[in-house]
Amino acid sequence: MSLLDHLPILVVIIPLMSAPLCVLVDRSGAAWGVALAAAWLSFGAAIALALTVATSGTLTYQLGGWPPPWGIEYRIDTLASYVLLIVTAMAALVMLFAKQSVPREIPEQSIARFYACLMLAFAGLAGIVATGDAFNVFVFLEISSLASYALISMGRDRRALNAAFQYLVMGTIGATFILIGIGFLYMMTGTLNMLDLAARLPEVSDTRTVRAGFAFLTVGIGLKLAMFPLHLWLPNAYAYAPSAVTAFLAATATKVAVYVMLRFMLDVFGADFSLGDMPLNLILMALGLVGIIMASLVAVFQDDVKRMFAYSSVAQIGYMLLGIGLASATGVGAAILHIFNHALMKGALFLALGAVAYRIGAVTLGDFAGLGKRMPWTMAAIAIGGLSLIGVPPTAGFVSKWYLVLGTLEQGLWPIAVLILIGSLLALVYVWRLIEAAYFGAVAADAPEVREAPASMLVPIWILVAANIYFGINTDISVGAAMQAATMLMGNGG
Amino acid sequence: MNEIPGLFNYWVVVFLMMAGFYVVISQGNLVKKLVGLGLFQASVFILYITMGNLSGGQAPIVTEGVFIYSNPLPHVLILTAIVVGVATTAVGLALIVRIHEAYGSVEEDEIHALDMADDDTRLQEGAEREESSE
Repeated sequence: MSLLDHLPILVVIIPLMSAPLCVLVDRSGAAWGVALAAAWLSFGAAIALALTVATSGTLTYQLGGWPPPWGIEYRIDTLASYVLLIVTAMAALVMLFAKQSVPREIPEQSIARFYACLMLAFAGLAGIVATGDAFNVFVFLEISSLASYALISMGRDRRALNAAFQYLVMGTIGATFILIGIGFLYMMTGTLNMLDLAARLPEVSDTRTVRAGFAFLTVGIGLKLAMFPLHLWLPNAYAYAPSAVTAFLAATATKVAVYVMLRFMLDVFGADFSLGDMPLNLILMALGLVGIIMASLVAVFQDDVKRMFAYSSVAQIGYMLLGIGLASATGVGAAILHIFNHALMKGALFLALGAVAYRIGAVTLGDFAGLGKRMPWTMAAIAIGGLSLIGVPPTAGFVSKWYLVLGTLEQGLWPIAVLILIGSLLALVYVWRLIEAAYFGAVAADAPEVREAPASMLVPIWILVAANIYFGINTDISVGAAMQAATMLMGNGG
Repeated sequence: MNEIPGLFNYWVVVFLMMAGFYVVISQGNLVKKLVGLGLFQASVFILYITMGNLSGGQAPIVTEGVFIYSNPLPHVLILTAIVVGVATTAVGLALIVRIHEAYGSVEEDEIHALDMADDDTRLQEGAEREESSE
């Protein structure tokens, strides 16, 4: 077997192994080097995987050579390779950014362990995507969650501790619900392999056990992906975590949870059961819409900019749920596309906020007064990221909203299309508050001297900004892969 | 009425699960919350262990004269879940220690009150800054 055959496991194992290495070297610079190398190697492996999957179809990998359903199987199909690419790319870019941001926010003696936690969270997220085994999903979910609790608690504000504890309680309840759901499925089918589950579930899908398992899984995953009204942990966790952590988690963690939702609901249970026999489509559509409107409204009234964008994340997750709820290939495709585009825009925005925090030390709206002149490159990045968030062409955000609106109009649901537009208008309001302060606000008389962010921060930010524009104009790659994945998902269920 | 003794373990699971869940929601003390969370998780362990058991089944070790074995897989799975539970409790307790250091309290409402006080002072500072800029 050549190294190429091991790609599916390498994406996960490289960051996993780098975590103890970070602790062993125990020096901040060296730990950063290890983590950077691991993130980029993993990114390289994900690119190779995506290319292989694009040419030769779904890849499977048997852990330890045990054939499924006895052994654990890793399956990389179009959707998995797509999400893996997002997760690894974000990790690679955040690691570039972290070099100067992290020493400013984390005490010197904890930096090595900080990187170890970051790598563990990354390995867990990559593992969730790569695995084809239901119980393995739970284990990786907990690896990434436990690491994220620790990461969030390292924020400078003491409220980070409380936010991390709240997240721990809600996250553990969510994960335990998922565990119960998987247990019920195992009870009825005697297998944990997702393909096997998908094959055996239709025979027994008319039982109360399977339905209860379905309900537990929905609520559990809903907690993990911050589905409204289960989103309460998210705003504080994102607002008080260190900048690099917020950028990484906002761009990847909830996206991976949406992936788990897609995987379980559409692949394991099948679209017919989840979105037809069970009223999940109505629930997702209703909660998605309420989430979009409510979270955007709350975001308008936030003075802490990090918190504002955290609420905006809850709203954006609403768009993804709405897309899944439409239960059509276009809708699911739009949801998958939005996973990708939202990672680009929120990655850019939270990294840019990190650069502002690096220079100023805080990110309340008052701190942004006159920042357009003092940090022109960073503010331009925030402005373009904000436009993408609103969904202005030619940015990536426009493309996914376009497909979402198309999906609603396909089914004649024009009131929902109107609500989507209202959500975008609300996004315009909160982004505008920030732009107004930065470009039209007067600099406070006693404001300290502020310079532009260092180049090592601007480079990853502008790579993401450029990607926002590139994928807004040239949509072949992102839309093509998303639609192909959506067709596969909807096709499996019939 | 055969159902109640036959499903005894499942009744225990449901009782423990609800009791733990209730404690997590209703208690304001962070340590008690964590205890509730532990109870909640433990109920799921029992659920898995019960589902692997067959009536009359022996421990899954091959011996002569035994033909019915319990399914070992759920038991192994739950070993992993127990490890996860221990890790969760450890992280949670570590967070509580840090919270106690930072706030001097492990009561949710007291911490909330301290945060609110923080917010007020911060807003005041912000207002003063805006005044000075005008």
